[in-house]
Amino acid sequence: MRKTTFIQAVNEAMRDEMRRDESVFLIGEDIGHYGGLFRVTRNLMEEFGERRVIDTPISEQGFMGMAVGAAMVGLRPIVELMYMDFFLVCADQIFNQAAKMHYMTGGLLHVPMVIRGQQGGGKRYGSQHSSSVESTFAQFPGIKVVAPATPYDAKGLLISAIRDDNPVLFLEHKMLYFTRGDMPDAEEEYTVPIGKADIKREGKDLTIATFSYTLLQALEAAEELKAEHGIDIEVVDLRSITPLDMETVLTSVAKTGRLLAVHESQANAGIGAEIVARAYEEAPYLLKAPARRLGMAPASIPVSKPLEEELLPWKTNIKAAVLEMMR
Amino acid sequence: MAEPSLKASVPSAKAAVAEPAAVLSTEQLLPMYRMMFLIRRVEESLLELAESGKIGGAMHTAIGHEGAAVGMAAALRKDDYLTCTYRGHHHSLARGMDPKRAICEVLGKAPGFAKGKGGSMHFLDPSLGLMGANGIVGAQVPHAAGMALASKIRGEDRIAITFFGDGALYQGLMHETFNMAQKWKLPVIFYCENNRYSEMTPISRTSSVSDIYQFVRAYGMESVQIDGNDVEVVYDAISKAAERARAGEGPTFIEGVTYRLAGHMAGDLETYRTAEEIEMQRAYEPLTQLHQKLLDRGVSEEELNKIRAEVEEEVQEAVEYALEAPWPDIAEAYTDVYKV
Repeated sequence: MRKTTFIQAVNEAMRDEMRRDESVFLIGEDIGHYGGLFRVTRNLMEEFGERRVIDTPISEQGFMGMAVGAAMVGLRPIVELMYMDFFLVCADQIFNQAAKMHYMTGGLLHVPMVIRGQQGGGKRYGSQHSSSVESTFAQFPGIKVVAPATPYDAKGLLISAIRDDNPVLFLEHKMLYFTRGDMPDAEEEYTVPIGKADIKREGKDLTIATFSYTLLQALEAAEELKAEHGIDIEVVDLRSITPLDMETVLTSVAKTGRLLAVHESQANAGIGAEIVARAYEEAPYLLKAPARRLGMAPASIPVSKPLEEELLPWKTNIKAAVLEMMR
Repeated sequence: MAEPSLKASVPSAKAAVAEPAAVLSTEQLLPMYRMMFLIRRVEESLLELAESGKIGGAMHTAIGHEGAAVGMAAALRKDDYLTCTYRGHHHSLARGMDPKRAICEVLGKAPGFAKGKGGSMHFLDPSLGLMGANGIVGAQVPHAAGMALASKIRGEDRIAITFFGDGALYQGLMHETFNMAQKWKLPVIFYCENNRYSEMTPISRTSSVSDIYQFVRAYGMESVQIDGNDVEVVYDAISKAAERARAGEGPTFIEGVTYRLAGHMAGDLETYRTAEEIEMQRAYEPLTQLHQKLLDRGVSEEELNKIRAEVEEEVQEAVEYALEAPWPDIAEAYTDVYKV
């Protein structure tokens, strides 16, 4: 056992898959010679060369479209979006093209590609570099969405995403990049399946269903709620947003009777609303108190630190929501 | 800016390609005539079906555009990749798609190549190198560049061609793609079917550049303007571009000037042009040109009549087949969302 950072885990997954499979290549801005703005693709051009690690001009529509085309003929591109907010620049290629291709061609074509990059608040990047996008993507069938919170899950899920025959959005969070976690030895192969949640903390009073950086915030909140109020929280790490593992969530709710869904994308019409709705549709009898969701408040993300912290669904806001639900 | 002349097929005397060389033999041209007439009759039959209410949604026929497709099919290898716009029936038929399955697809019937899920705007058959027509203007262009990139990564000599209209030139991603394709010397051919109208608006009202082929000169890309209605000229230009692409010399942009004889889509009111304008263009359209060329070469009218009669029968049969064909199984509504 060793410890790595989240960045290193993502880097290793790409390196290992590129060694294993000649059809995997990387494309994006500043990913090659520079090694990526956040250094996630560091050293990969040195090992795999300019043929498989492609630095692009700042042309998100163009290179996203070219990745879709390359995937349509069987390569496995990994596209880095420097900030996830930029998906809006190339949204047609992601949603109208990659996500719909298999369906509208009656299964004749498929698009085995990964779109990855970092998202989220906490570093004072402001409105156009801090959005969380998972809820928007969840509206589109045909694309899978994963958002790991630990280095172990990041490596295992990214390998699964690269091997998947569908487009997969792989969401990193800028606050997770330098977090460290246990990792098997580098030679030890493993994968984490897409669409399978994981219980990160066991508890009996209330279930928090979350993913990505708010998972770490939820775990901290759970420890403090235990110490301060004796409330015992179970934390379900969804890991995948599409497909959503409601079975694990409802199994947990069967034990706790309370459900709080937490995420950094907008609360309004967000994935948390979906989780709560499904709980009511599929197993209303499990709920001892109204299920709730906590997401980003209806504002863009400001640069000012206290304002940003006010709006994000982090520890303070999670604790407040739990205390209201336990009242 | 000068109005594009509607008198000739090529609006500008500055055409960068020389006189059409007599590059194809009569034996090669006869099956091309057959294909051109087949495309014409399939398209006309589809318009009739649309008028009778049997086709829903948007359907864009390529009547008048046949030269580009038939010339391309003769110039490229069967395994070369092709993407195109939603006006894409002609490319698919020219590459060998069965008219029965094509018409079934437009009608949403089960024997359609995509089980009726794609329809008129999404013609494809990967086994024929047809990698997809696209409903979003310009979106298929980076796909072809990506396929060319794939060939380069794999070290293969398959090239890609993409067809788009003059209207697509004004989408931003086109220029992103031109720049990268030229910078990386990708084996791709950009073929613009310039029919002088961006949907319902004449190019003279939308473009700040009168000769479209000059756009990519800014990127240092080889570009030519040709008579897209002369199938031999098209064949010649695409053959040369393919040779350059396979030799690693990078992309070529071809502006094939043509004219859309039917509306933008079935049901187009065509208030933006006169009957006289369309009539004038009939003298220059691809089928008329090829017909005359074959007569000039000594082929008899009788022989051409025979070809046309065979095609009429084949298309009639295809239409009847498609009208009788079953709807897809309802369970198909839920399949093919993800590849499993």
